[in-house]
Amino acid sequence: MASPVHQFEVHPLVPIQIDGIDVSFTNSALFMAFAVAFSYAFLTLGMRERSLVPGRWQSMAELVYEFIAGMIRDNVGKEGARYFPFIFSLFMFVTVGNFLGMMPYSFTFTSHLVVTGALALTVFIGVTIIGFSRHGLHFLRLFFPHGAPIATAPILIPIEMISYLSRPFSLGVRLFANMTVGHIMLKVLAGFVVAFIVKLGFFGGVVTGIVPMAAVVGVTILEFGIAFLQAYVFTILSCIYLNDAINMH
Amino acid sequence: MPQFDPSSFPSQLFWLLVSFSYLFFLMSRYALPRIAEVLGERQKRIDDDIEKAAQLKTQISTAAQAYEKALADARAQAQAVFRTSQEEINGQAQSRNQEVANRLAQQISAGEARIAASKDAALSQVREIAAGAAEAVVGKLTGLSLDEANLKKAVNLAIGELGQ
Repeated sequence: MASPVHQFEVHPLVPIQIDGIDVSFTNSALFMAFAVAFSYAFLTLGMRERSLVPGRWQSMAELVYEFIAGMIRDNVGKEGARYFPFIFSLFMFVTVGNFLGMMPYSFTFTSHLVVTGALALTVFIGVTIIGFSRHGLHFLRLFFPHGAPIATAPILIPIEMISYLSRPFSLGVRLFANMTVGHIMLKVLAGFVVAFIVKLGFFGGVVTGIVPMAAVVGVTILEFGIAFLQAYVFTILSCIYLNDAINMH
Repeated sequence: MPQFDPSSFPSQLFWLLVSFSYLFFLMSRYALPRIAEVLGERQKRIDDDIEKAAQLKTQISTAAQAYEKALADARAQAQAVFRTSQEEINGQAQSRNQEVANRLAQQISAGEARIAASKDAALSQVREIAAGAAEAVVGKLTGLSLDEANLKKAVNLAIGELGQ
């Protein structure tokens, strides 16, 4: 039987080498391309009628737009509008990646730490640059909130710095861990059904396999929820970090 | 776990960069402006309709005010007509009353004059009768004939006393 982590293996479909570095077009890359194609098709095909009174599909496209626009308005404010396309792309990429991963035999590119970590690091570096370019050295004030007694500085500043620097790790690891663990759990539970049939014969396996099968159904529903929730968490935390950089505390 | 196998990292990072950049390009250049345009048009339409409704509302209120004003004018005019005609009628009635009263007063004074004349006539006849009677009574009782001038004087005196 295949290992539960077999589903995370990256294997090249089109081998490409640039300067001796392996940048082959892999199954991971294929699903990233799917995510881009799906996101674009979902939005542009949904909006192709440009109706004053939207139909079902157009409503969904507008709903996603309003959802992210509202998130930025509530968490960052007016100045966040400049970063709307980036935050929106981030949300679409992660959400669609998570949901594509829910298809059997597909590949979940958001279950790889290098991908989620790179996205998180991009947000972190971008936010830090925005913070310094808007506030200059005053941005360091973020590590020592207004109104705190000066005596607490030796403790407060290191804590704030650690919490700031740990942001990209928590952001990246949270998404990676959620997607990986969920998919492993599904695979292990589904594997039980097969293992029961192998050990107890067809009839015994089908009867006893009902229990893990029910669990698979339940966990699948849960995973769909998590697929959306983790994309939402990733996006809203990016908004909150952006807010820190634009408006300070 | 394949997640911790660094041999696939360059490829994943490369394709992440390519696909995410392309997604960002597509979203910011095509997909999002289109949605924003449709939403903006809808918002504009809604705002226009609201504005139009407000305009119509002010029109309605001005029309209602004009109607109220016309109504008030008509009422005032009607009242004025009513008042003038009432005054006219009052005036006519008063002048006719006056006329009737004058005529009555004239008739009354004419009647009074007639009464006074006949009263005078009656009184002079009374004097003659009284004088005749007094002469007859005195003649019968005393057998004297009275001087006419004295008799008249005495009668006049008696009537004067009675009259007072």
